[in-house]
Amino acid sequence: MNKTINQKAWYFVIPVFVLVAFNAAIPLMTVVNYSFQETFGNNVFAWEGTRWFKQILLSERFHASLGRQFAFTFIILLIQIPLGIAIALTMPKKGWGVPVCLILMSMPLLIPWNVVGAMWNIFALPDIGFLGHSLNAMGFDYNFTQQPGDAWFTTILMDVWHWTSLVVLLSYAGLNSIQPAYYQAAEIDGASRWATFRYIELPKMKKVLTLAILLRFMDSFMIYTEPFVLTGGGPGNTTAFLSIDLVKMALGQFDLGPAAAMSLIYFFIVLLVCWVFYNLMMKNEAKS
Amino acid sequence: MKKYKWLVPTLYIIFLMLPIYWLINMSFKTTTEIINTYSLWPQKFTTENYVKIFTDSTWYMGYINSITYTVFNTVISVAAALPAAYAFSRYKFLGDKHLFFWLLTNRMAPPAVFALPFFQFYSSVNLFDTHIAVALSHCLFNIPLAVWILEGFMSAVPKELDETAYVDGYSFGRFFFKIFVPTIAAGIGITMFFCFMFSWVELLLAKTLTATAAKPIAATMTRTASTSGYELGLLAAAGTLTIIPGAIVIYFVKNYIAKGFAMGRV
Repeated sequence: MNKTINQKAWYFVIPVFVLVAFNAAIPLMTVVNYSFQETFGNNVFAWEGTRWFKQILLSERFHASLGRQFAFTFIILLIQIPLGIAIALTMPKKGWGVPVCLILMSMPLLIPWNVVGAMWNIFALPDIGFLGHSLNAMGFDYNFTQQPGDAWFTTILMDVWHWTSLVVLLSYAGLNSIQPAYYQAAEIDGASRWATFRYIELPKMKKVLTLAILLRFMDSFMIYTEPFVLTGGGPGNTTAFLSIDLVKMALGQFDLGPAAAMSLIYFFIVLLVCWVFYNLMMKNEAKS
Repeated sequence: MKKYKWLVPTLYIIFLMLPIYWLINMSFKTTTEIINTYSLWPQKFTTENYVKIFTDSTWYMGYINSITYTVFNTVISVAAALPAAYAFSRYKFLGDKHLFFWLLTNRMAPPAVFALPFFQFYSSVNLFDTHIAVALSHCLFNIPLAVWILEGFMSAVPKELDETAYVDGYSFGRFFFKIFVPTIAAGIGITMFFCFMFSWVELLLAKTLTATAAKPIAATMTRTASTSGYELGLLAAAGTLTIIPGAIVIYFVKNYIAKGFAMGRV
């Protein structure tokens, strides 16, 4: 659409600008403030320069939680994106199955995150949970509160349960926007199922898939409540992802300086990745 | 192969329903039964957990609080986002692209980063432990989202609609509310759905900004878990009840969900 230049449009944006600035800029300034200073309480501050940043960037604790975070995000993207596409491809296209699938699949998305954690806790407990009990009955030695491997397995399974539907819904919407003519053409050419997917469906889903990856990256990178309720970051620190570690540092130990520096570094990483994705997406949009 | 296609979504839905079933199963058991026996369905069916929630005000007020701030937030977000999204979809103005990306960066900000400054900020303006504080803090991620979705819907409406209305002598206000808003009603519905959803499921900020008066149900649950030992049955019943508002909302927007996503904006 060709837009007209109109500086008065700013008036329309003011409410949004004020509300978000009120919420983002002011608190962010507080964080920046803390990150360069040492606090002694009662509003007494001492300038510390970049000490906290150096301390965080060099600390093994930060490296470990950052590593865990990347590993977690990478694994869930690797599972959720292909699985989501596969389910969207096999979902019914019309009839009574459509609303049933949509409603049931959206359910996990609307459950408060701590309830998701609590639900999976009850579900996975080795003695009284269905998952834990069944796994142990099958002869696996499963206990997610004691064994790091099991804790990871449960956290990942929980996230797959919680968020795969988002990828399904997005892919499904992308598939629905493909005109039947494309499929007819493919049929006439005698294209195999794989070729139809590779050369028709996948390119048409590119836009929604970029969005799905972007959203899943952002949200999994910020994950806090679900693993906090499920494992509390344990056993030990094995499932303490960035946000869990950050809250522990800020509200648990009240190390405000390092926590603020960590917040800024954390935010910066998310921004950087999202900026790259956003540009990719806008490029795609401009093309189509 | 085609014959067995239905298996994939069916198995997936079974996988989705299992933990939910387990939660509901637990909610109808007594705590002693939960701890002592493993059973696929309640042996001694009881509704005691639900009765407790509906009669104890610390419990049911949690639901009222959660719904209150969620509704506040949805209304504020959509009301503020409507004119802004219109501006982004129709006009070019100084700094528009930067402003749009800046808005989106707030959707990307980890709430954990903001928890502490929010606490200090809202305490200093005497809004701590009010519904409006939670509603305003959730604007941080819901307004960018609302602007993003609405802008997608508005850009799909041809500009000729606006121009014809002005030629017909409509003032901007009358055009906007009488013609434009009804045209994108589906989009507004989707936007409200997502604002409701993200405000309803968020806990970290809601918990940080409240103590007693505006405490969300989700926070009431975490406290029960830690103070009175594990009252698992009660916890399960409370959890089950948090699923219901979401399920109702989904039922109403089911036809729009796929369409809303199809706009390529979430």
